[in-house]
Formats: sequence, C-alpha cells, structure tokens
Amino acid sequence: MLANAFYRLRAVALAVLLVGFVVPAFAGPFEDAVGKFTTDDFSDTEEAIGVIAASGNPLAYPIISALHDERLMFDADSKKVYIRQTNGKAIEAATGAAVDSIPDSASSVRLNNRLRRTVEAALGGLTLLSPDLATRISAAQSVFKSHEETTLPTVEKALAKEADRTAKQALSEARAAIILFKSDASEADKLDAVATIKSRGDQDALGMLSDVGSDQPQSVVKAAAGAVSSIQSRLAMWSTVQNAWYGLSLGSVLLLAAIGLAITFGVMGVINMAHGEMVMLGAYTTFVVQEVIRTRYPALFDYSLLIAVPLAFLVAGAIGILVERSIIRFLYGRPLETLLATWGLSLVLQQAVRTVFGPTNREVDNPSWMSGAFDLGQITITYNRLWILCFTLAVFAILLLMLRFTALGLQMRAVTQNRRMAASMGIATSRVDALTFGLGSGIAGIAGVALSQIDNVSPNLGQSYIIDSFMVVVFGGVGNLWGTLVGAFSLGIANKFLEPVAGAVLGKIAILVLIILFIQKRPRGLFALKGRAVEA
Amino acid sequence: MLNPTNHIARPVSRRRWLAAAAGVVLCLTGFGSARAADDTIKIGILHSLSGTMAISETTLKDVMLMLIDEQNKKGGLLGKKLEAVVVDPASNWPLFAEKARELITKDKVAVVFGCWTSVSRKSVLPVFKELNSILFYPVQYEGEESERNVFYTGAAPNQQAIPAVDYLMKEEKVKRWVLEGTDYVYPRTTNKILEAYLKSKGVAPDDIMTNYTPFGFSDWQTEVSKIKAFGSAGKKTAVVSTINGDANVPFYKELGNQGIKATDIPVVAFSVGEEELAGIDTKPLVGHLAAWNYFESIKAPANETFIKDWHAFTKNDKRTTNDPMEAHYIGFNMWVKAVEKVKSTDADKVIDALPGVEAPNLTGGVARMLPNHHITKPVFIGEIKANGQFDVVYKTKDLVPGDAWSKELDGSKDLIGDWVGKKCGNYNVKTDKCLGSGT
Repeated sequence: MLANAFYRLRAVALAVLLVGFVVPAFAGPFEDAVGKFTTDDFSDTEEAIGVIAASGNPLAYPIISALHDERLMFDADSKKVYIRQTNGKAIEAATGAAVDSIPDSASSVRLNNRLRRTVEAALGGLTLLSPDLATRISAAQSVFKSHEETTLPTVEKALAKEADRTAKQALSEARAAIILFKSDASEADKLDAVATIKSRGDQDALGMLSDVGSDQPQSVVKAAAGAVSSIQSRLAMWSTVQNAWYGLSLGSVLLLAAIGLAITFGVMGVINMAHGEMVMLGAYTTFVVQEVIRTRYPALFDYSLLIAVPLAFLVAGAIGILVERSIIRFLYGRPLETLLATWGLSLVLQQAVRTVFGPTNREVDNPSWMSGAFDLGQITITYNRLWILCFTLAVFAILLLMLRFTALGLQMRAVTQNRRMAASMGIATSRVDALTFGLGSGIAGIAGVALSQIDNVSPNLGQSYIIDSFMVVVFGGVGNLWGTLVGAFSLGIANKFLEPVAGAVLGKIAILVLIILFIQKRPRGLFALKGRAVEA
Repeated sequence: MLNPTNHIARPVSRRRWLAAAAGVVLCLTGFGSARAADDTIKIGILHSLSGTMAISETTLKDVMLMLIDEQNKKGGLLGKKLEAVVVDPASNWPLFAEKARELITKDKVAVVFGCWTSVSRKSVLPVFKELNSILFYPVQYEGEESERNVFYTGAAPNQQAIPAVDYLMKEEKVKRWVLEGTDYVYPRTTNKILEAYLKSKGVAPDDIMTNYTPFGFSDWQTEVSKIKAFGSAGKKTAVVSTINGDANVPFYKELGNQGIKATDIPVVAFSVGEEELAGIDTKPLVGHLAAWNYFESIKAPANETFIKDWHAFTKNDKRTTNDPMEAHYIGFNMWVKAVEKVKSTDADKVIDALPGVEAPNLTGGVARMLPNHHITKPVFIGEIKANGQFDVVYKTKDLVPGDAWSKELDGSKDLIGDWVGKKCGNYNVKTDKCLGSGT
C-alpha cells in the first residue's frame, strides 16, 4: 500500500513536471500510449487504455472518460491527441496543456464493443475513489462486471474507507467477484465470495455464478451450483410478478386506445374505423409540439407532453366534430355504410398525414422523466410504462366523472338511452351527438400522446390499434365504460401470461380464439347493458 | 429513334447502322400502335407509396427517379430518353402482381425496378415469367431462389447473415444466441440457415433460442426480459435480429429502457438501416450492430458524390441513404451497361447480356453480375453511433459472391443457379439435373 502511494506521488510529480515544462524528448510510456490513439486501430487503442489506466497519471481519468464519451480527438497528420472538455475547451491529452482549438482534421477515437467494455472497466477502476457517491457505486458495479484482478487493491482501499451502506455493498460484491475468479485466492475466501454474490440474487449474479468453471476447487463449484439453483427459483417467483406487471401495462395501453372508441362505438353505436387515425393525429400533434419546443424553447422540453395533451385533445376533437357533422350524421342507423365511410376516411387521413409529414417515422423523444427504469425487487419497471398506466387511469377517472356529474354527461347518457324522449325534454340531440363524437375523438387524441412514447409515430400508427380497440370494447360489453376497463386489463394480463409460454404469435392467436369462444357464450360481452338502449 | 446529332458526332459502326436501319423499318411499318412515346425507353418503378411499406419503399422510388434523371442528363440510352413509369402497389401483395402486369403490357416498360418484401416478389414472379420481362430486386432476402427474369441486387444470406454471425463469434466470443424475428418467410428461412450454421460450428441446441413476433409488434417487455434471462447463463450472449420494419423502434426503445447495453448483450440486425433509426433516440443504442453491404457513413469518393446528388435531387440535406438504394444504383447501372452492350432493350437479349456485367458500387469496389443472377458485394458490420449513423468496425477483405441456394441447408446445398452454362435456376450438381420450375 505504501509503495503504491509512493508510486502515485511520483506519478503526480512527474505529471506536474510534464505540465510545467513540455519536453517532447522526455516521452515516457504514458506519452507513447497516448500516441497510440492516432493509429485508428482497435488493438492499439486497447493497449493504450491498459497502459494509461495503470499509469497513475492524473490525466488518465480525463483521457479515459473522454474516450468513453467520444470526446477524445486525434489528428492523424500531426500525431496529436486532444480532449474536448465538457465545458467546450480543449486540452492536449499527452500534456494537459490548453490549446486554442482542435484542428478540423481531427476526429474522435473510435470504439467497438470490446473496447467499450475495456473502457468501462478502466473507468470503474479509476473512479472507485471518486468523492461522488453515485460515481463510486457505478464504478463498483462496473468492476463487478469486469472483475479485473488488477483493481483488487483499489477496491480494498475504497472498501476500507467507504461509509455509505449501498456503496459498501456494491464494493464488497465487486471484491467478491474478483476473488471468485482470482486463481490464487484461498478456498475459504472463494466460498465467502460465492455467498456474497448469491445474496445479490439478480440475473448478473446468476450469470457470474453459472460461469464458475470446473477448474475451481470442488467445494466452490458445488457452492456456486447451489447458489445458482436458489437464485433461479427465486427469480422464477419474481417472473410471475413481472408477468403481472407486464399484463397491467399492456392492459393500460389497450384501455387507453379503447376508451375513445368506448364512447364513439360503445355509447353512440358508430362503427368508427377512423378511430385509430384520431390516435395517430394525437401522436403527430405531440411531434409538432416537440418540434416547436426543440427549435424555440429547448428548456421546456420536459413539459412537452403536458403541453401536447390539451392540444391533441383539441385537434382530434375538432376533427371528430367536423367528421360527425359532415359525414356520420347522415349515416346514423346504417352501420354498414358508416363502417365503409369511416374506413375510407381513415385512408384519407393516413394519406393526408403521409403527404404533409412524409412516409417515414417521426422522432418523438421521451422526456427525461419517462426514460429509463427502476428495479423493484428483481423486476424492472420502465418509467414510460408506469406513467402510461397512471395516465390511463386518470383519463378513465376523469371521463367517468364527466359522464356522471356534468350537464353534458347527463345529456349524452339521456340521448343514447332514449333519443326521442331526450329530444322532447328539450335536449338538442344533434348537438349532443357532435359533442359526444368530438369527446371520443379527443380522448383518442390524448391516447395518441401517450402511445407516441412507446410506439412509432408513423401514418400507420392507428391501424395497429383499431382491431385491439374493437376487441376490448366488444369483449368488455358495448356501452359500458367499466366493461372496457375490466376487458382491457383481463386481456392484457391473459396475453402476458400466455406470451412466455406460447410465444408472441401463438399467444395472440390464443387470445383471439378465447374471445371468439367467449362471444359465442355471451354475445353482449362481459357487462351487458340491459334496458331500452340495447333494443333501440 | 436514334438521335440524328449523335450520328454526325460519332463514327458509326456497321452494327449501329443496322440497328438504326432496323429501327427506321420498324417505325415505317408501324410496329405496335401508339407511337408517340417511341423515342423514349420506359422504366417501371414498382414500389409501395402508401401502406405499411411506404416508409421503406418511397425512398427507393425517389432514388430511381434520380438515377433516371441523371442518365437522361448524360444523353439518355441508345440515343433515347428514359422515362419513369411510377405505380403504387400500396403494400398490397396481390396488387403488386396486377401493377406489374399493367407496367409490362400496358406501359410496355423495358425493365422494372421494384418490390421490397419477399412476399411481394413471390407475388410478381409468375407475371414476369409469363410476360418475359426483367425485374431488379434491391433488398436483402432469404435466398433459395434464382429466376431467369429476376436480378437480385440485394444480399443473399451468405452476404449478410453468415458474416455477421462469424464476426460475433470471433470478435465478441459469443457462445449463446437469440434469433429474434418477425413471423414471415425471410426471418424464418434466415434463422433456419443460421441455426444450421451455428450447429455446424459446435453451438449446442440449448444455446440457441428462436422467437418470432407478429408484424408491427409493439409490446416488447416480455420478449426483452426473456432475452435478459437467457443472457444470464454465464456465457456471452448476442441477439441476431431479423425484426422487420416498424417493430424495430419499440424493440430498441425497450432494450434501452431495460438497460441492456451493447457491451452486455449486443444485437446485430439485418433490417435496420439509417432510415429505421431516424425515428429513435440512438444514445442508449450505441454499439448495437447492423450488417449491410453499404452504410451512408462509408468514406469513398463515389459515395460522397452519390450523397451530394441525392441531397440536391431531393432538395433536403437531411435525407439519409441506405443499402437498398445502393442496390438500385448498382442494378440500374448494370442494366444500362447490358442494354448498351446489346444495343437493345429486348428482354431476352438483356437477360443474356447481364451476367458478367460489372458496375461500380458506392463503397469503392466493383460489383459483378453472376450467372445465378446475384451480385458480388462487400460485407460491412457497423456499430450504431450516438448520431444515428453507423461506424464500420469490420469489412470483408474481398467481395463476397451471392449464393442463390444456401450451403447450410440440406435441401439446397447441392443446388446452384446458372443461367449462362446450364440455363437453369436450380441445377443439382450431385445428380447433374435441372430441377426445373417445379420447386
């Protein structure tokens, strides 16, 4: 340890010397290694990373992290390597001397996956002692993955002075991983290591313990095998939880896509084949909002979806009202003609969007609060799915309250239950029709905002949801919002429990067959409406 | 008609005179009916401009228009102007056959450039055979086909899938394989070939997992966590993806969200190009791979000129270029050369002239049309970069000739396509017999 510290001190002194007086003739192994970046050859780069990471030079960390972020530039002609710092300034990599600008001919040092792993391992070793807690933890995790023997002294040093519990845990797992694969470690140490890794209990641990080869001592192999089977049985239990979550998530997407249809088809009885296109218009509204924000107000980007939701409602709702007034109102009571007209309309809308926005997919980004995932026990929950589930439930609740407690909601229910009676009570039924259709379309538009986060924003977006939406509404029971809710979630969960067993294609087929059988038995769906509305 | 100024400007060979004379005689005898368009050569473009495939195929229509425009600026072909006839088969497979028939019989096109999916190609095949016309097919496909009337300028499996798997075995030391595909003929055949190949390289059946999903699949949670679980068996794992079209975007998003990084489980894709990545945030995908015969990012003078022309033609300097576009570039130039060679657009003459014709590709090599109607191509493996482009990390030393019939499958390993010597698309070299059109 003392020798190490001395070495470090010497390296620092050397670096200070170098920074102070740039003497090219004084080129040591560090400078030679830096020079290797200019050959644009993967194996040279790998060699350079090894030397630089072990050099103890204070420039090692800036160089390796710049390499990781593609900020390390080389100029093949002058054989110079530069670091483009995060603040926009540039320094020369070999000396740390500031330079005015990086020549235009310079390009960033290329990496492939093998090198990226090497860089991550090296970076892990270099940042184990970082003052920042999060950096230390991720460093420990990358050391766990690479279990590079040479980092063991640093890991032990970091472990000795670590105060944070999580970081300590990560470090001791990293240490265990190194010891498990260290050829000269004692059997007892290795058994301890197996126990530590076993307690981690996740798929990484499983992978590592399965990797224990027969060259290890007998007892270690046996312990590892035992740990593998215990982790596996625990993970199997978690996978049931995971499937349930996936089912909820799929159900929420189905519900979101179907709520609008539950109004236009379920409540009004219009076979609306253009429903999917309303969803698509909502997604394109999100795209336009994001484009405007990106070019004009980049700081607002994280709020783009909040801005897009009301706009999508208005756009899709207005188009819905227009469609109802110009086409659908002439076709009430003629389901076949409505079906054909709205199908034609869906093609028109698709082609219109294709003409305006082009046939290719449009990029809609996830705001930062919708990217990534977190671990709950041994399952991974992605933020975008979680938010969509919450959002769907909120939309559903608002819609339900609206139908229940507002004047418009009351009028809607009155008109759908008994149109003539409602008319004679002074309700302008045709106005209510237009508003109801507008509401259904507007909600489809809102669904588009959410679906743009998990699916392609292309002119065909709507088509992939129309069948599923009808399936949910019919299965749940036409005219019943609660039916739609229960229908969506039961289909989602059934699908996700079938998928791991039967595969995605067969799973979907099985669901369709089940629905056909179910409809045979109960033609009106899960929750059939009773009373006059049905007979009308 | 031949252009009279050309006659004066160039020394006229005997054969040219004969051709001209023949042309004049044909004109005088009023061969055919509507003669107004006789001074142009028509080229059919059969790509979907609407429907699900429009995302990929519209670009190919545009690139054909550009190539035809450029050829016309160079003076046309055989002294005539080229004229593009664009039809829209609307991603509807039977409509492809109808539109192909319309192009050949009504518009009397000399050649057709078109199709994307294998099913659309299979649908137009009988039409091209019956009416004896020429189709240039620009997309990588599953192979197991060699037809007299079709020229395959996209990659066969041995020009894309096999080299990619070799790369992963050698460079990444991959021991466990997930073959993930969309459920239709191209992924199923490719995966069958890959499975046979991997087993021949000593991969245990337990180390191969094959999954199929429907077209346009968007809920990848279960599939991705399956991949994650399969990858945690202590052996280096990779995913070979033949997922097609739109479904790629949610697949890569889910990979990114579940934190599967290329350094842990790399995904190599055969149908993901610059165009498909245009709809995704590529930062979480850095390092995932794609195997193609062309990448926009390849530095070669021909490629730079092509990209510049493309941006000028489309008046949009953000439009990306991709592999099937290069295939059309090669195919079109080969056709032009073959027509110039035989001084005719007659289908039989051009079909016989095409094998052996060479045309430069965009990456600095020269593609040659082989007797089996496939071409020679370089194979590139690219890694996705943060800007949505690909960084080439591997390139085959030589051009790889396309195999019409896979050497890995029992049913086809003895078959070759040879339209020059044997005049047969499925000649069995073991039994010395042509299987004919029965297969």
